[in-house]
Amino acid sequence: MSTRIATSVVLACVAFGAPSTLSPAKIARIDTTADALLATVFEEIVGGQVDSALQNIEGLIRVTPNFRLAHLIKGDLLLARARPITTFGAAPNVPEANIEGLRAEALARIRAYRERPPEDRVPRYLLQLRDSQKYALVVDTRRSRLYVYENDAGTPRFVADYYVSSGKNGPQKAREGDEKTPIGVYHITASLPRQKLSDFYGIGAFPINYPNEWDRIQGRNGHGIWLHGTPSNTYSRPPRSSNGCVVLSNSDLEEIARKLQVGLTPVIISEDVQWLSLDDWASERNSLGKELEHWRADWESLDTDRYLAHYSGNFSAPNMDLDSWSRHKRLVNGGKTWIKVKVSNLSMFEDPGKAGLVSVTFDQEYRSNNLSNAVRKRQYWLREGEGWRIIYEGTA
Amino acid sequence: MTFMPRLAAALLVFLIPAVLLAPFARADEIQDINGLLKQGQHAKALERVNQYLAQKPGDPNARFTKGLILAEQNKTAEAIEVFAALSRDYPELPEPYNNLAVLYASQGQYEKARQQLEKSIRTHPSYATAYENLGDVYTKLASQAYDKALQFDSSNSAAKNKLSLIRDLISTSRPPTASAPPVAMAEAPRPAPATSAPPRPAEPKASAPAKAEAPKAEVKRPRVQEGGEQAVLQTVLAWADAWSQQKVETYLAFYARDFKTPKGEGRSQWEAARRERISSAKKIEVGVESPKVAFKDENNATVSFRQAYRSDTFKVSGRKTLVMVRTEGRWVIQQELSGS
Repeated sequence: MSTRIATSVVLACVAFGAPSTLSPAKIARIDTTADALLATVFEEIVGGQVDSALQNIEGLIRVTPNFRLAHLIKGDLLLARARPITTFGAAPNVPEANIEGLRAEALARIRAYRERPPEDRVPRYLLQLRDSQKYALVVDTRRSRLYVYENDAGTPRFVADYYVSSGKNGPQKAREGDEKTPIGVYHITASLPRQKLSDFYGIGAFPINYPNEWDRIQGRNGHGIWLHGTPSNTYSRPPRSSNGCVVLSNSDLEEIARKLQVGLTPVIISEDVQWLSLDDWASERNSLGKELEHWRADWESLDTDRYLAHYSGNFSAPNMDLDSWSRHKRLVNGGKTWIKVKVSNLSMFEDPGKAGLVSVTFDQEYRSNNLSNAVRKRQYWLREGEGWRIIYEGTA
Repeated sequence: MTFMPRLAAALLVFLIPAVLLAPFARADEIQDINGLLKQGQHAKALERVNQYLAQKPGDPNARFTKGLILAEQNKTAEAIEVFAALSRDYPELPEPYNNLAVLYASQGQYEKARQQLEKSIRTHPSYATAYENLGDVYTKLASQAYDKALQFDSSNSAAKNKLSLIRDLISTSRPPTASAPPVAMAEAPRPAPATSAPPRPAEPKASAPAKAEAPKAEVKRPRVQEGGEQAVLQTVLAWADAWSQQKVETYLAFYARDFKTPKGEGRSQWEAARRERISSAKKIEVGVESPKVAFKDENNATVSFRQAYRSDTFKVSGRKTLVMVRTEGRWVIQQELSGS
């Protein structure tokens, strides 16, 4: 009997042994989370240590009494003692659909345990964090995983990762009510405490700025995409179960919440995180950094043609296209004898939704013979051919 | 999911010299009390066993019988006390653990039931009854775990099980026909367990996998002989019961999808005739007498018995054989044969 359950779990593991950009299990932190205990249980089942697996799953349930997946596994381990079982989640007389979500959660968690984020690589999206951004969050909707990176003097360092649920209809949100999770570069815009929320959102919620400038240009709409917790009656939710939000277990959210900075912490949501070696990452970052510096210098040079050459034919700004932007800039620059532009607090995040698109944010200090101001600016740069062009510019 | 705990009816009195040396009169007395218990004379049986215990307060056989009587009287808490004390005084005996487990299960305390059954098996690794019960308790615990996984409310089903258990106690306290009657067991002291019992797992705690593996091999045969027989008999009794109560749909549900109709008529034709026949009677009584189960294999069995049929208009008694098959964990009737 015990061998039957072992076989089915083995199959589940093998199914996920497919090639991956992630390296096999190399645990980057000492882990006392539910995932680690769950992984132990799976290893014991595969190794035939069924009694020990049952003890551990019961231990896990003591710590997380509402962990539905743990109860499912416990059910299997017990039922396997009474009669042979042929599948993972062998509850009799239960519609497949009810079990499917828990199976998917099990596979996502096993996979996350087996395929750890590579230690010598970084998600390609985190090109540059500004000094005050202590952490960045990167979500992988396919793996149902959220990775936390720390800003270590400009280099992203992996801190921890967590199981998450996302939209029941998958990624690439485009429309209000499509129950999909947006893909793109966002940041935390607020912190909503538990007292202001219904139980559905768990211990707290952190709205993000969907739709961002790029989403609006693409005609995407909808609102209310949050990172939030889990209702009190369950420890976690199936991988694809939210209305588009990114959902964490309450204990995980609590751990992350301490690291989040409203208005600052980037939340980059991808379908399938891509990783770069530190060398490739640095060269990508330098390439765009140089372009940005050229743009700044060309603006100061008062050579408007050189300055405008940095803008894409598809450029837009709020209420402007490239033509109106060009006319405006020529007019303004005509009245200048000198311009000084200072760029500081620069951050650059590649958009997972479109290759070569980078969301750039900085504080701009502008001085000239007749006008001075300071704004926080956002630009979207797009790799066009060999070079980079600005495709959107506005205040952040 | 049916839940059929088996209460160990007889105490196997090895390792208890006091009992072995007891005068025959005393053994006969216990035998008589067990007889009263079987006849349902619980109050009388309790009185006699209390008298007996007044003279021999420590007698494990009498204490065990008292526990059984209390259990049948639905005095679960008192019965638990009796069996708990017995298992403390005689930790080497598997039966008190088993009965404690059944009583805990009747209260819905499946986790406690599991612990007792595991102790029972540790004491006596070939104790088939405990394995059967443990299987049921595991199934019940699994079902509770699944309910939690799927967020179903299991509180109601627990109550239902409690009721069915109380009913089951009466039928299951009689050992299945295949095993020896309890008295015989009590009279014929078994050799010391060290020689008679199959080797138990060396160190129950030290090696978890070994512990999980070892009992499985041993449990295989008894499952078919004893637990399997029990399941078949329960089905036949329930079938007769549904027939007697004229619950036509329940009655028809006992027949396999590929049931061979007696005259080879179509299934729906046969069903219609049965519906008409059963529902038109004012009263039906179907008795199943001296049933015998024969297994072809794990999933195929025949049950032969004397069927006593009596309705408001008709009375007949004759041999009946049911060819039964187990599909999806359930025994159903594949063919009905009359005559011997």
